[in-house]
Amino acid sequence: MAINFPPPRRDPRSDPWHQLDAMARAAFPVAATVLGLLALAVPLGLPEQAALAPAFLFASVYFWSLFRPAAMTPALVFALGLFADLLGGGPLGLDVLLLLLLCALTRRWRRKLARWSFLLVWLVFSGFAAAGAALSFALTALFSLTLLPPAPALVEAGLAIGFYPLLAVLFTRAHRSLAADAEI
Amino acid sequence: MLRLSIPARQALARLTLPLLIAGAFALLLLGKADALLAERARASLGDTLAPLYDLIANPVARARAAIAEAGHLVSLVGENAALRAENEHLRQWQAVALALEAENATLRANLHWIPDPAAAYVTARVVADAGGVYAHSVLLAVGPRHGITKGQVALDDRGLVGRITETGSRSARVMLITDLNSRIPVTLEHSRARAILAGTNGTLPRLLFWPEDTPPEEDELVVTSAEANAFPAGLPVGHVHYVGAAPMVVPAARLTRLDMVRVFDYHLAGVPPPEAGERRAPKPAPAAPYEP
Repeated sequence: MAINFPPPRRDPRSDPWHQLDAMARAAFPVAATVLGLLALAVPLGLPEQAALAPAFLFASVYFWSLFRPAAMTPALVFALGLFADLLGGGPLGLDVLLLLLLCALTRRWRRKLARWSFLLVWLVFSGFAAAGAALSFALTALFSLTLLPPAPALVEAGLAIGFYPLLAVLFTRAHRSLAADAEI
Repeated sequence: MLRLSIPARQALARLTLPLLIAGAFALLLLGKADALLAERARASLGDTLAPLYDLIANPVARARAAIAEAGHLVSLVGENAALRAENEHLRQWQAVALALEAENATLRANLHWIPDPAAAYVTARVVADAGGVYAHSVLLAVGPRHGITKGQVALDDRGLVGRITETGSRSARVMLITDLNSRIPVTLEHSRARAILAGTNGTLPRLLFWPEDTPPEEDELVVTSAEANAFPAGLPVGHVHYVGAAPMVVPAARLTRLDMVRVFDYHLAGVPPPEAGERRAPKPAPAAPYEP
């Protein structure tokens, strides 16, 4: 009598499909950020569109550094900043510096921040966004040796702060679905 | 993969961020010290992205047109009346223009006037807003062997848009006249006084260095000046508008909604030619003349 043994279960981690899936998951935060930046560079004719891209970039790096730091490592943040700098027309390295500082601070306070309520996380982000806009304003003025009108910096900070809840909702959904499916 | 002991790996992880931040400072200095490097890197990224943007340019333009159309439907009646009035007004101007054109032709014939050589131009689609919060520039998608070089002049259907600052093999970047770094020699039409138009990073560039005895007048036409040999004389730039005590210029070109721009080669040498080693594309065939 022949006994049919079930075939031995393969370790899912060695499955190429599984690996591909894991890679796609790990790459999602950075890929979504790059795609968002590319989409915001399309001349859509939106009001204050120039300030939307840095606002999105800031919110994205903050959120993922806070909740999925493995997918938003400092090296990736560096690459993202460089991409944003080359895509835009500002001084090379400015976005890199700002995003790395944001990433460093967020990572340092991560353990506390992740336990706080959404409102507090938003409040901290507002502080970061305001400081980032001020720093970028100051450095640009320093590099061009002119006194700039402050309106663009205010708009940038305002948009970043105002759009953060919406982006956070979208990111949280993505984050949950990434985490949920990762267990399978 | 490199095998490291756990303390070594932890130390390395702790060092990454400071090292990367130092790298960012190095990049800032490098971008300041070697502007050409940043320019090349931007141009090559532009070359990669321009075809992609060109692919989606049509649907995007159609979507934008549809949105605009919906807006128009609302204000149809009022707009119609305004257009009729404007048409009436323009018809009068057309008669004046035709008379002046005829007069001009006879005067030129009598004076043995040597006309300016017709400028060659290429038309390119604006595919991306390549600026940022503190920079105003747009990316053009152009075919290979486009013949666009640094320093050429970009105009839309209404007036001066800016100047080419970077060229790649498939893309070119135009610095708009509103950019912080833009400086353009201009002439005030009434007084014929010279001035410099400086970008302010806002929507209105500002007039600087006009002669003390001839301040710019409100609503005076501003055109380019041939001084410094960077622009031909007489390209329309905009109108003077005072904001407080500062004379600003309302650009004639629609800088916030650029679709197509024409890039003109006036063979001017005022802007330094591209650095040695940069590839120069062959000159395009002469095209139809352009009257500003």
